[in-house]
Amino acid sequence: MRLVLALIITIFGLTGLAQAQNALAPNVPTATGAPHAEGNEYWRKNHMDLMRHDRDLTLREGERDIQASLGQCFDCHAVEEAGEPVTYENEKHFCRACHDYAAVNVDCFMCHRSTPSDNVLNRAMATPDEPNSIAAYLARLAAEADQ
Amino acid sequence: MSNRAELTRRDILKSGAAVATITLASGVTLMAFGGSDANATGADAGKRWGLLIDANKCAADCSDCVTACKTENGWGSHGEHASPETDVAWIRKVTLKDKQTGRTVSAPIMCQHCETPPCVDVCPTGASMKRADGIVLVDKHACIGCRYCMMACPFKARSFVHEDVTDQSVNAPRGKGTVESCTLCVHRIDKGRIPACVESCEAAGHSAILFGDLKDPDSAISKALLNYPSIALRADLGLNPGVRYQNL
Repeated sequence: MRLVLALIITIFGLTGLAQAQNALAPNVPTATGAPHAEGNEYWRKNHMDLMRHDRDLTLREGERDIQASLGQCFDCHAVEEAGEPVTYENEKHFCRACHDYAAVNVDCFMCHRSTPSDNVLNRAMATPDEPNSIAAYLARLAAEADQ
Repeated sequence: MSNRAELTRRDILKSGAAVATITLASGVTLMAFGGSDANATGADAGKRWGLLIDANKCAADCSDCVTACKTENGWGSHGEHASPETDVAWIRKVTLKDKQTGRTVSAPIMCQHCETPPCVDVCPTGASMKRADGIVLVDKHACIGCRYCMMACPFKARSFVHEDVTDQSVNAPRGKGTVESCTLCVHRIDKGRIPACVESCEAAGHSAILFGDLKDPDSAISKALLNYPSIALRADLGLNPGVRYQNL
């Protein structure tokens, strides 16, 4: 009888603890798309370092062939409300789910857009057959000079 | 490197093509990464991007370059406190009139992408910077909005963002409290595309803005600068801008 009572208390205690954890832990919105090769734990721990590194690489060195870009985060991590992706103003925003919990105030979205954009043209290198590519432009200039 | 979790500090050190180490004293060293890496992508120090603007081809009533720049980079919608003194302007049309002859001439003015930019000299945080390929930019991650660069720029090319910005373009992140200016559409150039103003000027049938590599002697812009007269704005300052003008 004492054993059963102890068991019941243990079970109730554990479920109670689990519920308490769920209530406290951030509710991370489910993402779409393929999971990160490095695993979620790695990204949760290191995303800020990866993005800090890449921002300097992109802006200062012009290196745009990078793995972690803010725009690409939202391809999979945009949270929608009433059919529209929410901005950082909304507490349901993917970044805010954890940052609000951790009381970390990120200022990325003072300048960067916090929603997905349809403008993905400049993610890919231009091909010479595109009229606004440098190659096509220089070819037009050369043709003009020959005339 | 598909999985960056496997990248070690050693890999990162190895990837720096040339590492020069100077020993100042025992235990104190200066290390410089970089050098010439044939596989390096990004801003190419062997190039210098520039523009040559032919004022004779620029129509006074046309401002397609300004419109294209606004659309491309997402500036130009002003809030409730809008005023001509404080509104953002990455590029603006300027009309000049010779008082003696009455000749008027119009041309766009934007960041002149100086070789020795005064905005970079005065920046207290290193936010104002010049890339290896000569493009002058503001690193808004480091900009504190002090506006020294706006004071230093002789071309009035820089603007301060006074009001909140929402729904920015992915092409040009921008926000209140930082300084910004023409980026020569660096996001396009890095992906092999011409700047938006050049494209729109050509589309309007004027082709008044010639874009190219100033370091390449065979480029159209270098040949035009070699064979025809052109000026640098405020040439007396010796800044060697990457933007030049003809028939001004």
